[in-house]
Amino acid sequence: MDSSFAITGKGYAIVAADMTVSRSIVKMQYNEDKIKVLGSHLLMAFSGEPGDTVQFAEYVERNIRLAQIRNTYPLPPPSAASWIRRELADSLRSRSPYSVNLLVAGYDLSTHEPKLYWIDYLGTMATVPFAAHGYGSYFALSLLDRYHDPEATVEEGLATLRRCIDEVSKRLVVTPGKFKVKVVDKNGVREVEL
Amino acid sequence: MNSLVQRFDTNNALSEIKRTSAIIEEDGDNVSDLMWGSYGGFGNLATGIPKFNIPAVPDPSAFLRLHTDDHTDPSCRIKIQHGTTTLAFRFKGGVIVAVDSRATAGSYIASGTVKKVIEINPYLLGTMAGGAADCQYWETYLGIQCRLHELRNKERISVAAASKYLSNLVYSYKGMGLSMGTMICGWDKTGPQVYYVDSDGTRLKGDLFSVGSGSTFAYGVLDQGHHWDLSDEDAQELGRRSIYAAGHRDAFSGNTINLYHVKEDGWKFIGNYDVSKMHYEGPGDIPGAPGHGYGYSIRTAGKSSADPPTS
Repeated sequence: MDSSFAITGKGYAIVAADMTVSRSIVKMQYNEDKIKVLGSHLLMAFSGEPGDTVQFAEYVERNIRLAQIRNTYPLPPPSAASWIRRELADSLRSRSPYSVNLLVAGYDLSTHEPKLYWIDYLGTMATVPFAAHGYGSYFALSLLDRYHDPEATVEEGLATLRRCIDEVSKRLVVTPGKFKVKVVDKNGVREVEL
Repeated sequence: MNSLVQRFDTNNALSEIKRTSAIIEEDGDNVSDLMWGSYGGFGNLATGIPKFNIPAVPDPSAFLRLHTDDHTDPSCRIKIQHGTTTLAFRFKGGVIVAVDSRATAGSYIASGTVKKVIEINPYLLGTMAGGAADCQYWETYLGIQCRLHELRNKERISVAAASKYLSNLVYSYKGMGLSMGTMICGWDKTGPQVYYVDSDGTRLKGDLFSVGSGSTFAYGVLDQGHHWDLSDEDAQELGRRSIYAAGHRDAFSGNTINLYHVKEDGWKFIGNYDVSKMHYEGPGDIPGAPGHGYGYSIRTAGKSSADPPTS
């Protein structure tokens, strides 16, 4: 039931994920942060099977940190995304696979470019200008096809994101509630209020 | 469905009889002329029960299940028209009705040239989602009843009354397998009107509806672009753009777009637009059009998110 969105713009990427944790018909928590900060310029929104999500996200978090300690330099977004995808793909072929869907967004300091990866629990990875997971995607993708601008400013990007969340709140039977929004650009990661 | 599964089962009683009949035919020489026509007392069961041609696939019953609606409807109709996108909305200049033209049967595209707007009469339109035959038949029937109302009362039927007639009619068949999700649109004394009517018996009056598997994608564009004071051209463009969005994102919708505009003097057919052509070229040089293709990569061609330092 959880929804997450991400968009890129001129020199930044924005990631948004709803903050509810639900079990059956009950909202168990309404201030959960489902966006991990994996490094100075890397974000990851995760959703899927309860239990798997946090376990996998923390596993990724620590391994990305380990790579930085070992090599002095952090993994750039394409390498980090590839490693994460591979972990999911290997997990899928194990006895108990992680059922986790991800949006990995980062700012690539070497190319001065925002990077966004859509990854699902099967290990499918796609580099995209905008992305969504969950029921929200049914409303947001057509909207973003129409309104997304790769050269938008952060303010314009947030306005487009606002449209997505408004549309989902308007039409989805189970309203996702509050959203956590994080931006990554050349200055690093920051949280913003919509 | 159960009876069909049984028919393909090799371990049931009927199959036993069939096997028996095969044995009898081998021993055909031993049967005297007196037994002719009686199949040794087995009656016509000995020739086996009447058979369907079965699909040449490893598991016919699974194949059949793929193409039927047996979980929603025990009488097992062939799946038709389940993927669709239709929309209708009200604005100051009347009603815009836009639909796609794809008909699917399971994963198979049965047709790409379906007319999903049913012209009930010169000032009433109905849209088609769900069972094609159900929509076509009952909306044509509604047209007959609307005409009779006109002759009896020397007055055109209101959209509210027409939609209520249809709603009551389908409700009387509830639970008998009718499948339709339709919008009844028109202009009457009270102005432009849109009603949503479905085979559950739901009837809703509203400004904006979208029905079908692609409706969520259409809503995404439609909701964000809709307001009451839209110009005629902008409203037509919004209808077209919304169906395109569904045709692009929903596998069960697409091919072409049919666009209608209902005004005070009745409906007008605006045009038929190919979804692929809309993607690459757009609707062409008409008012309200963006002047390029609707496709994301066409719209954003040459743009980049890279932000290299200026030095």
